[in-house]
Amino acid sequence: MNAVSALGELLVLFGVFFYFLSALGLIRMPDVYNRMQTATKSATLGSLGVIIGTGIWAVGEGLHWGWITKTLVIAVFLLLTNPISAHALIRGAYKSGIPLWEGSVVDRYREALEESREEGEE
Amino acid sequence: MMGINVYLALIAIATLLSLYRVFRGPTTVDRLVAVDIMTTITTGLMVLFALLYRRMIFLDVALVYAVLAFLGVIAFARYLEGGI
Amino acid sequence: MGEAGKISRYLYTVIVLFIIWLFLTSSLDAQELEIGFILSLIVAAFTYDLFTSRGLANLHPRRIAYAAAYIPYFLWAMIMANLDVAYRVLHPKRPINPGIVECKTVLSSDVGKLSLANSITLTPGTITLDVIGDRYFIHWIDVKDASIEGASENITRPFEKFLKVIFG
Repeated sequence: MNAVSALGELLVLFGVFFYFLSALGLIRMPDVYNRMQTATKSATLGSLGVIIGTGIWAVGEGLHWGWITKTLVIAVFLLLTNPISAHALIRGAYKSGIPLWEGSVVDRYREALEESREEGEE
Repeated sequence: MMGINVYLALIAIATLLSLYRVFRGPTTVDRLVAVDIMTTITTGLMVLFALLYRRMIFLDVALVYAVLAFLGVIAFARYLEGGI
Repeated sequence: MGEAGKISRYLYTVIVLFIIWLFLTSSLDAQELEIGFILSLIVAAFTYDLFTSRGLANLHPRRIAYAAAYIPYFLWAMIMANLDVAYRVLHPKRPINPGIVECKTVLSSDVGKLSLANSITLTPGTITLDVIGDRYFIHWIDVKDASIEGASENITRPFEKFLKVIFG
């Protein structure tokens, strides 16, 4: 057990905590938009922690240094694509007509959509 | 290296927790979000498995899995918007 | 800022593809390097038109320096966002106050808008719903200011000063 593997293991633990948080957010939040808020963010940070942590841990265990570069590629890929899929899903949710939670305070998007519709009719 | 089994078990429990939302979720989008989170978590699980078996080739499996999951979610989201 | 010349765009694509190859194979063996270089040349010939519109101008030292400064700033914002999320999820009363606000941006390039949207999605309590021209529609979990200027001040300003230099 050297310092490098300890650092990697710590990162993995950190990531696992955020994985749990995202699953909890998925269960506790009241509507689909808020669920996406909590779940996407924590799952992305959790993946960063677990994946890069595993790379560092493997190098600390004396495995090939390719572990760290390959895990970095996976982590960067997830970091780039996760927000895009969240964005596509939340837009799909809005377009398929799921209403906002009743406690929501403002909805500028509907105002803008109605504006553009009125302009189109004129 | 013993700790790795504990982390694997914890991640598996997190996956099961999000599975709850797949069963319960009142709308399709709820289920889809839960599946998206599950695939993200599963990618991390695969990377940890690669370390458990000390096979670097399993990392490629995780990478391809991440790519396919992303494509699947995008396709479903396009479908929800009403044009595929 | 128009499109860069074909050669500059082609070279930039080759460089990026070769770096990705290096990371994926993680080997400095001569054979691997040769094959990777040849494959980068071939793939770049097909994809440079889609891949970049500014070519080697992306590798300007000022851009790279700002990008290097942006990464730790962004990671820090992300960790703060997650602690915020942790507070909201674990608090027994679920202190949320959601709504959709509108923001204006000063960025003009497509890649810049994409990175701003991604950064917004991953940082405190906000997720990008749609982008129409320079208007961002953002779902905010804790609405502090529903006006366009106030929301822009809170959400997009901190990232724009980096992204304006990196992506123009």
